[in-house]
Parts: sequence; C-alpha cells; structure tokens
Amino acid sequence: MHDIVKLDLKANIHDENDHIAQHVKEHMTEDNVLVINVMGAPGVGKTTTLKNIIQHLKDSKPYVIEGDIESDIDTQDLQNLGIATHQINTFGACHLDAPMIHEAIHHMDFDQKGILFIENIGNLVCPAEFSIGEHVKMLITTATDGSDKPYKYPLAFEKADIILINKCDLLPYVDFDEEFFMKGVRAQNKEVPIFKVSGRTGEGYEAVAQWLESRTLK
Amino acid sequence: MHEFPITEQIIKIAEEEARKANASRVAKITLVVGDYSGFIGESIQMYFDIISKGTLCDGAVIEIQRVKPKLQCSACGAYFERRPMSFECPECGGEGGPTEIGKEFYIDSIEVET
Repeated sequence: MHDIVKLDLKANIHDENDHIAQHVKEHMTEDNVLVINVMGAPGVGKTTTLKNIIQHLKDSKPYVIEGDIESDIDTQDLQNLGIATHQINTFGACHLDAPMIHEAIHHMDFDQKGILFIENIGNLVCPAEFSIGEHVKMLITTATDGSDKPYKYPLAFEKADIILINKCDLLPYVDFDEEFFMKGVRAQNKEVPIFKVSGRTGEGYEAVAQWLESRTLK
Repeated sequence: MHEFPITEQIIKIAEEEARKANASRVAKITLVVGDYSGFIGESIQMYFDIISKGTLCDGAVIEIQRVKPKLQCSACGAYFERRPMSFECPECGGEGGPTEIGKEFYIDSIEVET
C-alpha cells in the first residue's frame, strides 16, 4: 500500500517568469534604458506608432525589439530607418515572455541612455498577463476598434500605464463613443494618461514622446 | 496555445516538491485559476497528458478550482461580479474598480504517493 500525502504549496506558477522579468528590468535600469511594453490588437498601428514616437525623441536613443509570430518585415522597416532593432519570432505563441526578452537583450548593445520599445504580439489578452521586464505598459487602441474595448478587455486597460487612441483622424467618420470609452477606462484605471494620435497625420506623438522622456532614468 | 509553457512549469514545480518529499509519484495537482488569469483548464489538461509522460506527474489527476472575477464598488464597498459591458454596482449603482479576485493562478496543493 502507498500512502497519499497532501502537500500545501500555494505556489505561484508565474514566479519564474516574474523573477526573470525583474532581472531584465534591473539590468536595463543599470544601462539607463527605459523599457516600454507596447501592446495592442493586430492592425492598431504598433510599428507606425513606434516610428512616430521615435522621430520626436530629443534626448534618448531608441532601441526596438519586434515580437512577431513570423516574418521580419517590421524589423527591416525599422532597421532601414537606422533604428537598432532585434527580431523575436514566436512561431505561434501569442505573447512575449520574460525569458525571450532576457535572451534578446543579450544580443543588443545598449551603448547610450535611451528607450527600448518592445512590440508585443498583436493581441489584447495574454500580453497583459505576462511581465517582460518593462517599466511602462503602453496600450494602443484605435477609433476604428470601437469604444467598447475597455469593457471587453478590462485587464489590458487596468494594467496600462499609458493609453494611445490611434487613427483619431477618423473620429468624425466612425461611431466611437468617447464618453463611453472614457467611463470604461476610468472604472479600471483612474490615473492613466490617454493620448489621441494619428499615424497618418502624425498628430499627437510629440506629446507621447515628451511623456515617455519625462519618465526616462536620469 | 500559451498553456504549453505554463503546463511545463506546473509539472516542474510538482516534481520538485514530490522529490523533496521523497515521493514515488504525484497523484493529484490542485490548481486555483481565476477567470482573468487567461488560462483555460481544458488546455492545461490536454498539454499535461502529453508533457507529463515519463515524469513523476504521469497519470496525475488535475483539479482546477476556477474563481470568478469580482469588482469592488468605490461607493459602497460591496464586492460583485460584473455584468457584460458594465462596471456598475448592482447594490448602489456606484462604479466598481478592479480587485485581485479572479486573477489567481497558482498550485494550491499536490497529493503525492510515498
């Protein structure tokens, strides 16, 4: 006969990921690099947003890690602009995690104070759940996505440190109920700053760049 | 999809604890999974059956205790489950804010054979 023994663990399954995320964050803080986790659904303009923000950075060298399920077209695009970019392909995985970023930063040379933008996989669900060593979670949504997103994906809005509403040049043409949107965001996140931007016209990004640079480490 | 690496992690933790207790195998793993944790029990079970082959967890039963997310009303303090497309408190009509209830994701306990 075997004896069955019950062991109470209360073991957090995210511990290992969170531990590595903390390590990444400390490493980047030492290098004077602010880490931004850029999250948003496919097509909200994550790469376009990065390009626009980077143009307005005054005092910070931009670095980018591009997460994609496959392909490196965004990376080539950014590298053509002279931006130090490292590609991660997850081949099916729906989010980036801390071990992937830990591996990636060892392939990069952070020779100057700056900002590392990590473009997460296009998805509003699991990127919000995994820390990857970021100082700031940036959430991008759009006028065309609709104003119900805070109600459908509350966790992403709760965890965001900054929210961008992209494609705001289309606001006169779409049924985006701004009051309903703001009510949903504020229920989950009282303080988060919200910026309206347009990847097409370029408006709004200067203020976002200023906000980010005000957070950079001395 | 993302249950695969997390299931590996569950097996790793359970095996480590079983070894520490000098157990011959893991008979049961009880998980507490909040609905906002983003993990799906059926997927964990499916990956578990595949990945656990040949480990101390081979054949173990997975029990999943799900937790419904609750908001807390900023006006009256009541905890409540939200209705779709609303954060409104059913008691007083106030606005509910986020809590940690429903975000749980941990191994509560394991049962091992010694």
